[in-house]
Amino acid sequence: MIRPSIKGQRLAALFLLGLLLLNYPLLNLFAGAARVAGIPLLYAYVFAVWALLIGLMVWVVEKGDD
Amino acid sequence: MLTAPVIVAASFAYLGLLFAIAYYGDKRADAGRSIIANPYIYALSLAVYCTAWTFYGSVGRAATTGIGFLPIYLGPTLMAALWWYVMLKIIRISKRNRITSIADFIASRYGKSQIVGGLVTVIVVIGIIPYIALQLKAISNTFLIILEYPQVAMPHKQSAPLFLGDNTFYIAMLLAAFTILFGTRHLDATERHEGMVAAIAFESLVKLLAFIAVGLFVTFWLYDGFGDIFSRAAQAPDLAPLLTLGGAAGSYTTWASLTFLSMAAIMFLPRQWQVTVVENVDERHLAKAIWLFPLYLLAINIFVLPIALGGLMHFPKGTVDADTFVLTLPIAVSSPWLALFAFIGGLSAATGMVIVETIALSTMVCNDLVMPVLLRMKGLRLTARRDLSGLLLGIRRGAIVLILVLGYLYFNLAGEAYALVSIGLISFSAVAQFAPAIIGGIFWRGGTRTGALCGLGAGFLVWLYTLLLPSFAKSGWLPMSFLTQGLFGIELLKPQELFGLSGLDDITHCLFWSMLANIGCYVAISLAKRPSAAEHGQATVFVDALRQSGATAGPRLWRGSASVDELVALLGRFLGPERARDAFESYARMRGARSIESLTADASLVHHVESLLAGAIGSASARVMVSSVVAEEPLGLDEVMNIIDEASQVLAYSRQLEQKSRELEAASAELRAANERLKELDRLKDDFISTVTHELRTPLTSIRAFSEILRDNPRLDEAQRTQFLGTVIKESERLTRLINQVLDLSKIESGNAEWHSSELDMREVVDDSVAAVSQMFRENGVELEVRMPQKLPSIVADRDRLMQVMLNLLSNAAKFCRRPGGRVSIALSRQDGFLRVDVTDNGSGISESDQEVIFEKFRQVGDTLTNRPQGTGLGLPICRQIINHFGGRLWVQSRPGAGATFSFTLPLDPAPAQSLAA
Repeated sequence: MIRPSIKGQRLAALFLLGLLLLNYPLLNLFAGAARVAGIPLLYAYVFAVWALLIGLMVWVVEKGDD
Repeated sequence: MLTAPVIVAASFAYLGLLFAIAYYGDKRADAGRSIIANPYIYALSLAVYCTAWTFYGSVGRAATTGIGFLPIYLGPTLMAALWWYVMLKIIRISKRNRITSIADFIASRYGKSQIVGGLVTVIVVIGIIPYIALQLKAISNTFLIILEYPQVAMPHKQSAPLFLGDNTFYIAMLLAAFTILFGTRHLDATERHEGMVAAIAFESLVKLLAFIAVGLFVTFWLYDGFGDIFSRAAQAPDLAPLLTLGGAAGSYTTWASLTFLSMAAIMFLPRQWQVTVVENVDERHLAKAIWLFPLYLLAINIFVLPIALGGLMHFPKGTVDADTFVLTLPIAVSSPWLALFAFIGGLSAATGMVIVETIALSTMVCNDLVMPVLLRMKGLRLTARRDLSGLLLGIRRGAIVLILVLGYLYFNLAGEAYALVSIGLISFSAVAQFAPAIIGGIFWRGGTRTGALCGLGAGFLVWLYTLLLPSFAKSGWLPMSFLTQGLFGIELLKPQELFGLSGLDDITHCLFWSMLANIGCYVAISLAKRPSAAEHGQATVFVDALRQSGATAGPRLWRGSASVDELVALLGRFLGPERARDAFESYARMRGARSIESLTADASLVHHVESLLAGAIGSASARVMVSSVVAEEPLGLDEVMNIIDEASQVLAYSRQLEQKSRELEAASAELRAANERLKELDRLKDDFISTVTHELRTPLTSIRAFSEILRDNPRLDEAQRTQFLGTVIKESERLTRLINQVLDLSKIESGNAEWHSSELDMREVVDDSVAAVSQMFRENGVELEVRMPQKLPSIVADRDRLMQVMLNLLSNAAKFCRRPGGRVSIALSRQDGFLRVDVTDNGSGISESDQEVIFEKFRQVGDTLTNRPQGTGLGLPICRQIINHFGGRLWVQSRPGAGATFSFTLPLDPAPAQSLAA
């Protein structure tokens, strides 16, 4: 049985972080035509944040409960 | 090579494989060895979220809005992070209350209301129909396209008549048949379909692999990796805007509203609800799914933009529908197997969605729409039928067919006007209407039935007006003037610029107005009226779900009477008699009862039956059915409150009871002690009486013996006669003394003694007593020494009694002191508020163990046979009583062989000082 714990709070924080990083105005900072290694900055940014969020979720969920 | 028979055979082979997997999954589940009971299968089954929309539509969307297709997947990723709070709670509530659909959930939350359940079902069926049409459109189009291999040709609008002349209709019916086989082979109280979940998980794998295969092919075969595609696109003037945001790629408002919509969709789409909540085997699987599912979404989206850009650059502008790039690109470069794989992947995505969605919808239509109506129709006498399980299955199968026919009709009437994603978004906006009622329902106690009903209704009507009807208008089914001039030509009522609100895209526009109406009505009306008892009870069950332990919630709020037989019969009607019997037997085992017959139809059994029924026919109908056999007494709000009060009172009582029992224990311990003491006293009294009679008999015997000698021997000489008479007198005196002392003691002990207290000087008492015993001391050759201070404060006491004490102590001292050379001393002193008198002899002393014994009645120290001391054995007890009476203390200090000191204290009289002062 899952218990609501510090994990729940960490995940909620990740939700807020994601909401912030993947919306206006922060998103606008990366919306230009610049490219990183040939890949459009916006595309790279969104996928990087997405992967980062998933990585943090793995960390929160799989880490032992303390 | 890719001829029609090959394609059809491959499709059927694939569907057959799916069915085999489902069949195997069901078999394993029946054997109790589930193949879906692990978090990976669970997460894969959640990916039923990715439909033909994702497989084909995303690319089409990306071809017009760049990364504007992404919010649909970012929303679920964000939402997954909140699942820990939200989804966990929903799963727990649903499991505990055997909730099997979203309509059931909302109906159950708002007082098990059939109207709410019915409304939700209507919204969801109407709302989802465009979504099903989307899948049909994708399957039908891609089928027509792949048939043309190796040409890339767009299918034309069918001129064939509806239904029988149309391929799409056959596809729809095929899917219906397949779904019926999958989902409604038998009736299960939990509505779980393990085989279906296994098949869905497999489909998720297939569509992911197919999409990634096409993606890799386009990115690394047609082009030289991501960098190559993007830099080429950046050079094309009409493609460059797709790589940025704002402008053509869609505004931030659209971005945010799509994120919100997809967050609601991932929770409240009927198929997501089915796989996430209903098919959940173990809530721990949810934890892993929280990151596995977003990872899946990420993986299936990486190649969307490259494929879109590749397609746009590969085909001449406007020749090929961007929604089909995933299939047409492999065809265009003559790669038949990849094209077939892509087709199968798309088929996977579409069939998975249709199967799960229609199963979920059919359950809702049956449980929350049709059954409540049928059960209410008294003419059908359904409640009297013995076995309704066949009817239930029939309704569900009918619902599946009906939903697919409706989907087909929508596809035919309105499908051509929109791209895949736009159709899907219409459905997303419909299910988003459930967000306030559900999220509000599990976190806010105050939401009421009327509030939910009005909110849902208002939101749905706005959705209908601003999104669904315009989609009909755009496809020519309604007059276009409805769109351009508003209803009845009223400008303010233009459906996509309601009240003049312009500048938003149609989805955001609908979302704003519908949420405003929905949340506004829900909150305002909930706050306006107090909830009823039933609503209040359900609100508590839902809101406190994570706090409640076990399945104790619910049955408490019930009163009534029922019979077990009736309940068995009721359950049998819906589940079939055998399943019902099994269910009761397992319940009986769980409760430790020997058989079904030995069960009592108490609140918890009735609740259990209701929840089993709820699995089959929905909570609202189950409520109605159960109350048809159970004589229920309706609970008023006051009574619910009373039950809660009673519960807390019971707690208080039990606490009081504990307190009382502790007090009782203490009291009984005291009583036991008192009883012991009484017994001891009784024994002492018996001892005392026997001792007294014994003591009385001794002198009497000797008096009698000497008197007889004197009577029988008249010629006894004078001297002897005098001696005998002396003995008689002495013994009589002893007898008198003994009787006096016994009387004295009993008087003192009973408090009846007379005391003549007066102020007196202890020195006088000592002097008098010394004078009284001096003759006896001289006769016995005992030296007497008196040490007294010059002045002593007076005390208040009875002079005669103190004399008695002194004489007793002195005579004892004389009796027991050393012979010859006996010496006795008396000492008077003051000792903090007390006067102390010590009488010391130089006799053999008293052993420590005897020092208290000598103060007991008739206990004399010494060998009573050979060396019987003179005296009655009552002197010291009487002295002690007297001294105690005046508030003093009498004790002895002694060491064997070193004499003994009897001491007593008496409180000094405080009065003289005062009288002097006065």
